[in-house]
Amino acid sequence: METKEALFEYVLRIGDDSLILGHRVSEWCGHGPILEEDIALTNIALDLIGQATNLLDYAGQLEGKGRDGDALAFLRYDREYKNLLLVEQTNGDFGKTILRQFLFDAYRTLLLTRLSKSTDEQLSAIAVKSLKETKYHLKHSSEWVIRLGDGTEDSHSRIQSSLDALWKYTDEIFFANEVDALLEKEGIIPSMEGIKNEWTFFVSDIFAEAGLVIPTNNWKQEGGRTGRHTEHLGYLLAELQYMQRAYPDMKW
Amino acid sequence: MKDLNIQELERRFQEKIDNDIKIEPRDWMPEEYRQTLIRQISQHAHSEIVGMLPEGNWITRAPNLRRKAVLLAKVQDEAGHGLYLYSAVETLGADREQTIDDLHTGKAKYSSIFNYPTTSWADMGAIGWLVDGAAIMNQVPLCRCSYGPYARAMVRVCKEESFHQRQGFEIISLLAQGTPEQKEMAQDALNRFWWPALMMFGPNDAESPNTLQSMKWKIKRLTNDELRQQFVDVTVPQAHMIGLTIPDKDLKFNEETGHYDFGVIDWAEFWEVVKGNGPCNKERVDARRKAKEDGQWVRDAAMAYAEKRKIQKAS
Repeated sequence: METKEALFEYVLRIGDDSLILGHRVSEWCGHGPILEEDIALTNIALDLIGQATNLLDYAGQLEGKGRDGDALAFLRYDREYKNLLLVEQTNGDFGKTILRQFLFDAYRTLLLTRLSKSTDEQLSAIAVKSLKETKYHLKHSSEWVIRLGDGTEDSHSRIQSSLDALWKYTDEIFFANEVDALLEKEGIIPSMEGIKNEWTFFVSDIFAEAGLVIPTNNWKQEGGRTGRHTEHLGYLLAELQYMQRAYPDMKW
Repeated sequence: MKDLNIQELERRFQEKIDNDIKIEPRDWMPEEYRQTLIRQISQHAHSEIVGMLPEGNWITRAPNLRRKAVLLAKVQDEAGHGLYLYSAVETLGADREQTIDDLHTGKAKYSSIFNYPTTSWADMGAIGWLVDGAAIMNQVPLCRCSYGPYARAMVRVCKEESFHQRQGFEIISLLAQGTPEQKEMAQDALNRFWWPALMMFGPNDAESPNTLQSMKWKIKRLTNDELRQQFVDVTVPQAHMIGLTIPDKDLKFNEETGHYDFGVIDWAEFWEVVKGNGPCNKERVDARRKAKEDGQWVRDAAMAYAEKRKIQKAS
């Protein structure tokens, strides 16, 4: 495998994370628990769609087959999407959305901080820009995790059950294969091991403050990074791709 | 003696209005002026919030990444407008949550245009072009409204609305110049939204009993019919420019008046929709009510958490 090919695969993964999570969060628009949160969630969705655009456009360039960000976002089959299973999970209640966001933001902040120093200039530039946004997202989601965990009995039990449901998708965040090995060797991407340690430390800290308990069930589910998804992705893509599939080859 | 005082207060109040001096929250104002503003501004705020729904309906199906981002930004702006407007309502002594509950019980109204469904992507163009276009016509004069907080909120709102109007026109003109399917989609959206957009200016002047008082108080600067005519005059040439047909066989440029004459609006439909019988009235209010109900536990948790922190800090 060549570096360029590996980098295409890698950028696709993190671009798909932004795209699919951005889609999920955008489903909240107009339905938030309070107007201020409606605005905050819409803003997060907007940032994620912006990051997806930058990343997928870059992936298209790396691939060199004339596909741009839109072609990659709207015209692939489900097995070709490389996002984490975590980000395609349904919104559930506000607590589940926040918890999913928190698990992701904590990882993404650590990743982007390191990618800012990538030897690949384009990737580093995208990371620098995205990091500013992602730090806000993390501040927002971690504050809500604490508030809901340490709020009422009801909010505590709701967010604890979201944590119980989503925890099995967290191990995949640190998935690494030959793509990562090659890119890491060239200083393009950081080691996942370091990120995993810091992530575990960080989320444990927030959960402790929120009075939440990390599930002891160690069963872990993965597959997203290799294109094996949960049942939820198909429905998401049916909506996301609707216009491009129903009206092919048109300008919008 | 007391009556005399009120008369004097009212005289001074009207004098300020006549001299174009803004009324501020702490100034004395007649109770009817306050109530008129509470009704109008909260109605406006509700329109922004309910208006998020028909467009929000297409965010997950936007045809490309750029359109998706622009639509998200636009709907987010509307939420922001709702926030400033609810704040303006609060300066009049009304409670934001109470006014929202009035929306949910059907007591408070909002712009009836949002009770029409958005069934195609072209509707995102038609809404920006026509609905935001009509909103700008209504709102630009409100920047000179006699009540300071409302006038100032409108200055900011209008800047963003003009961006919304342009993005809508861009969507629809691209479709109008696109493939036959796209052109048909654009024409269909115009056919469905044209008359409801004209209705946005409210009943004819003869049927609008509050207009006179509102004009005297300079809450309103132009009448419904004046604004509607202005809208038609601006919009018809735009439709012609992009090759779409306005669905009105009576539409004709009148050389004598320099304005477009247009057909009779179906006011029976307008009043039905206002009464709650539009295609989506129930869906829109239900969606807003559901958001509030589903969010109750979140708001309770935030309050409980804040309370705990306060106690912790004190001890």
